[in-house]
Amino acid sequence: MSRTIGDVILDLQNISLRFGGVKALTDISFDVREHEIRAIIGPNGAGKSSMLNVINGVYHPQEGAIIFRGEERKKMEPHRAATQGIARTFQNIALFKGMTVLDNIMTGRLTRMKANFLEHALWLGRAKREELEHRKKVEEVIDFLEIQHIRKTPVSRLPYGLQKRVELGRALAAEPSMLLLDEPMAGMNVEEKQDMCRFILDVNDQLGTTIVLIEHDMGVVMDISDRVVVLDYGKKIGDGVPDEVKNNPEVIKAYLGAGH
Amino acid sequence: MLYREAGQFKSSYAADQQLFPILQDRVGVLLLLAVAFGVVPLVAGEYWFSAILIPFLIFSLAALGLNILTGYAGQLSLGSAAFMAVGAYAAYNFQLRVDGIPILLSFIGAGLTAAGVGIVFGLPSLWIKGFYLAVATLAAQFFIVWCLTKFPWFSNYSSSGVISAQKVVILGHTFASPREKYLLVLGIVTVLALMAKNLVRSSTGRAWMAVRDMDVAAEVIGIRLLPTKLLAFAVSSFYCGVAGALYAFCYLGSVEPDGFSLDMSFRILFMIIIGGMGSILGSFLGAAFILLLPILLDIVLPWLAGLFGLPFSNATVSHIQILVFGTLIMFFLIVEPHGLARLWQIGKEKLRLWPFPH
Repeated sequence: MSRTIGDVILDLQNISLRFGGVKALTDISFDVREHEIRAIIGPNGAGKSSMLNVINGVYHPQEGAIIFRGEERKKMEPHRAATQGIARTFQNIALFKGMTVLDNIMTGRLTRMKANFLEHALWLGRAKREELEHRKKVEEVIDFLEIQHIRKTPVSRLPYGLQKRVELGRALAAEPSMLLLDEPMAGMNVEEKQDMCRFILDVNDQLGTTIVLIEHDMGVVMDISDRVVVLDYGKKIGDGVPDEVKNNPEVIKAYLGAGH
Repeated sequence: MLYREAGQFKSSYAADQQLFPILQDRVGVLLLLAVAFGVVPLVAGEYWFSAILIPFLIFSLAALGLNILTGYAGQLSLGSAAFMAVGAYAAYNFQLRVDGIPILLSFIGAGLTAAGVGIVFGLPSLWIKGFYLAVATLAAQFFIVWCLTKFPWFSNYSSSGVISAQKVVILGHTFASPREKYLLVLGIVTVLALMAKNLVRSSTGRAWMAVRDMDVAAEVIGIRLLPTKLLAFAVSSFYCGVAGALYAFCYLGSVEPDGFSLDMSFRILFMIIIGGMGSILGSFLGAAFILLLPILLDIVLPWLAGLFGLPFSNATVSHIQILVFGTLIMFFLIVEPHGLARLWQIGKEKLRLWPFPH
């Protein structure tokens, strides 16, 4: 691999998140380095998705700080996170059901389009030019993900595995510097998982995108990630390179129960 | 056989992204416009213009406005008629109070005024959704009609708020006959419909549809919800406002606030439900269905009764008309909940293969 892991670009410090009386996350700190693949694992309900939601501002933690590229803030706002280069996919596919694959991926480039609605209505120079420029970029993403044959298909007609791929495409179209993937391989068969792994590794390797990923398939996690953080009941119980985490007694306990 | 795009290869993104990418569609739209602008004015009679074509075009425009808001941006509204009223009264007041203002500028001003009001009543959409938002827009419906009745300034102190639209004069030419008014309305509706088509294929339209389909994901890819929703309210109200101005100036001639009732808002809503949510064509099909079917039944039912020698009174005919109308609406909704536009699309897909089954 040509990539080299750089400095810390995202630092989460003592994050606590509550919904009413329910503690979703308690005092969690970890960091993400540039160009690395960082996995978040843990049993169901451990707070993994909440963690991603905190990173890109869907949830606002009550305590703690988020330092992204040297800028410290108490909370993110979703559209700010997007304009600063954080893109994500969702655990339950969150595509725009009424639109085609092409249009869905085009939405990924919305923040980069400058023309206003009047220019759009009249289809004046800039609106038209932008549309074509961005189409070109989107076609690169479509080529990369090998979904040329379905570009004009409404996403609601696609099978699950392809929908997941289109959602990744929408995130990639934004040319993010950091990509948050919430269970990108859930519900896939082995072949689809292999494809998805290949895409993730390629994105990381060729584009240098930093990846934070939640995944349940331990084989995949241990294979592709550089460092792993383990959550259980909203607390961090392990953090380190895959081998370290694998042998961490607390992690084993959380996954296999106390008896082992 | 006829509707087949085989052999129409696109070699540039520009060709692939044009307004009507398929040759047959381009030809069809041009033919339709040629007939509407060239043939219809020559052959249609006065009754056709003033009772059928002009109201059809005006309600299509209003339905198009509501479709932008509800069909594309996913915000349910029950205030379309009220925004039309704003447009009608605004155009009247621009003509009345601004010396020498061109009528087209008044129409644009009417649209902009309605857009402003639409933005105010669109503000709750950030916090409430679906049926609850519909109830909030219901407030717009009642408040605006009340306002126009209560403050006589709006109707220049006429009795019971009735306004009589001024003459429609453009560049010294008075549009007096139904034929001329039809051409004016047709021109405005064509331009606005093409602009709407451009809007919904651009990133503005994509942002609206993204908010409609999944607002959390839309936010995460960088769409700011409030400006996007408010823009939809503004553009939608603009269309309704222009439709209202045309309703007063080119259709009825004199209108009162109570004419823009909740009943009318519902009719416009039915138009887009039956025509097809999220479809420009659907707005026109829906308006045609809701407006023209009663007229058609009016003609066909007495004829049928006469054919079988049944002694139908006029009252019975109008009752049967309501019955048939309601049944047809239910039939269409059950057979194709996505509206007439979807039926048209399915028809086109079938035509690609015809005469072969698959």
